[in-house]
This record gives sequence, structure tokens and C-alpha cells, in this order.
Amino acid sequence: MNWFVQTVTSSVGKKAMMAITGLGFCLFLAAHLAGNLTIYGGRQAFNAYADHLHSLEPLVKVAEFGLLFFAAVHVITGLVLFYQNFAARPSRYAVTSSAGGRSIGSRTMPYTGIFLLGFVLYHLLNFHFVDKTGTTIYDIVSGAFENPATVAVYVCAMIVAAIHVSHGFWSAFQTLGANHPKYMPLIRGVGLVFSLLVGLGFGLLPVYLLAVS
Amino acid sequence: MTKSITLTLKVWRQQDPQSRGRLETYEARDISTDMSFLEMLDVVNEQLTLEGREPIAFDHDCREGICGTCGAVVNGRPHGPEKGTTLCQLHMRHFSDGDTIVIEPWRARAFALIKDLAVDRGALDRLIRAGGYISANTGGAPDGNNILVPQETAELAMDAAACIGCGACVAACPNASAMLFVGAKVSHLALLPQGHPEAAARATAMVREMDRLGFGNCGNERECEAECPKEIKITNIARLNREFLKARFFSSVR
Ligand code: HEM
Ligand code: SF4
Ligand code: FES
Repeated sequence: MNWFVQTVTSSVGKKAMMAITGLGFCLFLAAHLAGNLTIYGGRQAFNAYADHLHSLEPLVKVAEFGLLFFAAVHVITGLVLFYQNFAARPSRYAVTSSAGGRSIGSRTMPYTGIFLLGFVLYHLLNFHFVDKTGTTIYDIVSGAFENPATVAVYVCAMIVAAIHVSHGFWSAFQTLGANHPKYMPLIRGVGLVFSLLVGLGFGLLPVYLLAVS
Repeated sequence: MTKSITLTLKVWRQQDPQSRGRLETYEARDISTDMSFLEMLDVVNEQLTLEGREPIAFDHDCREGICGTCGAVVNGRPHGPEKGTTLCQLHMRHFSDGDTIVIEPWRARAFALIKDLAVDRGALDRLIRAGGYISANTGGAPDGNNILVPQETAELAMDAAACIGCGACVAACPNASAMLFVGAKVSHLALLPQGHPEAAARATAMVREMDRLGFGNCGNERECEAECPKEIKITNIARLNREFLKARFFSSVR
């Protein structure tokens, strides 16, 4: 087998792919959040941001295909890891107990991940693959969040995303070999702060739009 | 002060790899709190033998926490609830009269069950054979301190070399991964000058063998670090990841 294929299909290689694509999503989330905060500026500000983004069209397309590729790698590798890890212990323990290493995030990675996949598809159907003629993205978004059920789904999804990232962020550094006594506490702290920002930053937006509708 | 306690044990009994196992309940009477966990099992086994029943099979050797032969999962915790302790060094004073204790073998696809609590940890030997060594030419002995090793590096290598190969990390890992064991071996040798020439080949071969043997993938759950009787740190896993990626992308090893 080709050395490259052999490397990325090894256990450590698969984890490295999860880490690189996962950190890629974290960068995307940061940029997406920064853009979405313009919603607090009102209809004009948000539409202006969206227009500006789409004036960079070729770049946006490249980013979209990049994200799609990353998503394919992250999801497929994640599912393979989930299956392999399940198969690595054919007979389960009658009693399981944690010594304190695991966190809610680490325990639930595959489940929060699969939930996020469903959510991302739902989110894209809501706001990406919609007819935008004769309306603006602000109207589509604020219209959708007049429905409390939609708001509830989004708030839940953002809590799940925060949980996934609370483990994923530091874990990705460890996977790539970046565990250093001086920097690891910082990486862990940044991971927690980032997951809070993702949860609160994205989670409060639909609530705000519902409140002002 | 020595006390005597009585415990209810639920022990995994399985005749051989093929047959179905199940938890059987035994009473361990008048156990001195000065006994070790294995001595407690000895008492139960003596009783079982007197009753004409089959004693519980479990592995043990040094009984002083240095050989890595003993080990069972006690109430869901490999080597029991005490930190940095092997099962043979776990004392009954950490239990209370009337406690129920569930005792199970290490469970992992890579560790085939032999009987009751005894499992085949030959997979760890195969990992060592794949690369957990250095090749040295024999001949005149080199002078001591010919190769200088900084104190800090020597300490890190010694910490990694403290691994006794018990397999508790695999048993504790929710994914049955052997990354802490392999991380300890790769780190121990990669840190020292004697290990450098073969570092790339070693990291590559050991990870390949680990995957072939059917261990799971590390999820950075950190249960291994919390359960390891020698308190091997997951920084060794990060070093293994580093060594592996370096070997795959920056060395000529195929
Ligand atoms: C916004 C979306 C997402 C972000 C920001 C994200 C981020 C991350 C990060 C940073 C990691 C850590 C990698 C490592 O431990 O080395 C990770 C792991 C993981 N992700 Fe995601 N992820 C996202 C979506 C998904 C989706 C849709 C799935 C669906 C299957 C998924 C499944 C997993 C799994 C199973 C792991 C754990 C892999 C392991 O540790 O063995 N993630 N994610
Ligand atoms: S790393 Fe720790 S738990 Fe794993 S085999 Fe070595 S001593 Fe046992
Ligand atoms: S019997 Fe040797 S470490 Fe427990």
C-alpha cells in the first residue's frame, strides 16, 4: 500500500485527520460567529454583511467546497472510529466507573457529532438552499426564528456543539502531538472559553430574534 | 488496627474462551483489613477448594507492584479504586464491612480471555517485539557517561520506563486502546540518544502492530492516565503522536 494511504488509515493517522478537520471547523465557527453578530446591528447591518460576503463569490465557493471536503472526511472518519472503538471491546463490563478522566464532552463525541451532522443538514435546508428572490437573508432568518420550536432546536444544537467542542478543541492538539507543560493549560482554557462562546454566541441569536419579532 | 470484614463478591467465572461466562456470588468471610486484595482472593479460593469447587483463576507473580502480572477490574476500576496502585498492592482496609465487590477481567478484543480473571496479554509482548527495543552491537563496553543525557530528559525517560506492562490502560480505556502503553515505550526510547537511530522505524512499526492486533483508537478520554498504577502521563501519548507523524511524513521509512 502507498505510504500516504497507509499513514492516513492508521489509528494515529485517522485521529490526525479528525483533529485537522475539527480544528478547521472551529476556525469556520469563529468566522461564522463574527459575521452573525452583525444581526445585533439590525436588518441593514446583517444584509450588508451578507452582500459583502457574496461579493467575494469565488473565495466563498472555494471555502464551501473546502468545508464540504472537511465535513466528508470528519464524518466518515468519525463513523469508522466509532465502529472500530465499539468493536475493540466485544464483551462489555458489567460495572463501569470513571476514574475522573472522562468529561461530558469526551463521553459523547460520536453522539454529539452525529447530532451535529443532522443539525447542519437541517440548517443548510433552512437558510442555504432556499429561494432568496424578492427577499433578504435577514427576513428569511428573522422569519424562521419567529417560531419558538425552531428557536428551541437551534438553542439545543448550539449546546450540543459547545459540548462537542469542549472536548474536541484540546483533544485535537493532543492528537497532533502538541501537549507541552507550558501551553497545555492555556489550550484547555481556550477550548473551554471557545466552546462557551460558540454555545452562547450562536445560541442567543435565535432567542434575540424571537424576542424582537 | 486490624479488623475483620465480610464482603460479598461477584466474580466473573468463565471456564474457557469459548464458553459463556457469568458473575457468580461468593461470600468472603472474616477478611483481615491488613490483607491485600489477592490474599483475600486466596482465602476465598481455599474455601472453594475445601468445598470441592473450582478456585477462581487469576494472574499474579511478584505481589509487590513491580511485575505487572496481576490485575482485575474492581467495581469498574482496573486495579481497584486506589490511585497509583496495582491489585496486589491494594489493601482490604480500603473496603468496608458488608461491601459488594464486582470483580471482572480486563476486557478488550486484543486480550483474549483464558479463564475467569486471567487474560492473555501476549499482544503487549507482540508490541514490544514490533519495535520496543534498541539494536546494539556487542563488543567492548563503552565508558560510563560517554553519551551525555540531560537530567530532565533522563527523568522523563525513566518516568516512561516505569510502565510494568500490566494492561490496565487498555482495560480502563473506553475504546480499549493501547496508546498509553505504546506511548510509554516509544517515549522511553525516543527520549534517549540510544533510541534515536531507530525512532522512525519504531514508531511506525509499533503503531502498525497496535492496529493489526485490534486495539481501539485513542479518544483522549484520559481514563488510562487516571488508572495507570505507575501514573504514566498522556504527554507520552502526545509524544507518540508526534514521533509517528514525524516518522511518516519526514523520514524515509515507508
Ligand atoms: C460544527 C461541527 C463540528 C466541529 C467544530 C467538530 C470538531 C471536532 C474536533 C475539534 C474534534 C477533535 C479531534 C481529535 O480528538 O483529535 C472532533 C472529534 C470528533 N468529531 Fe467532530 N466536529 C464537528 C462535527 C462533527 C460531526 C458532524 C460528526 C459526525 C459524525 C463528528 C464526529 C466526531 C467524532 C466521532 C469525534 C471523535 C473522534 C475520536 O476522538 O475518536 N463531528 N470534532
Ligand atoms: S502504561 Fe500503566 S496501565 Fe498501561 S501497561 Fe504500563 S503500567 Fe500498566
Ligand atoms: S503481582 Fe506483580 S504487580 Fe501485582
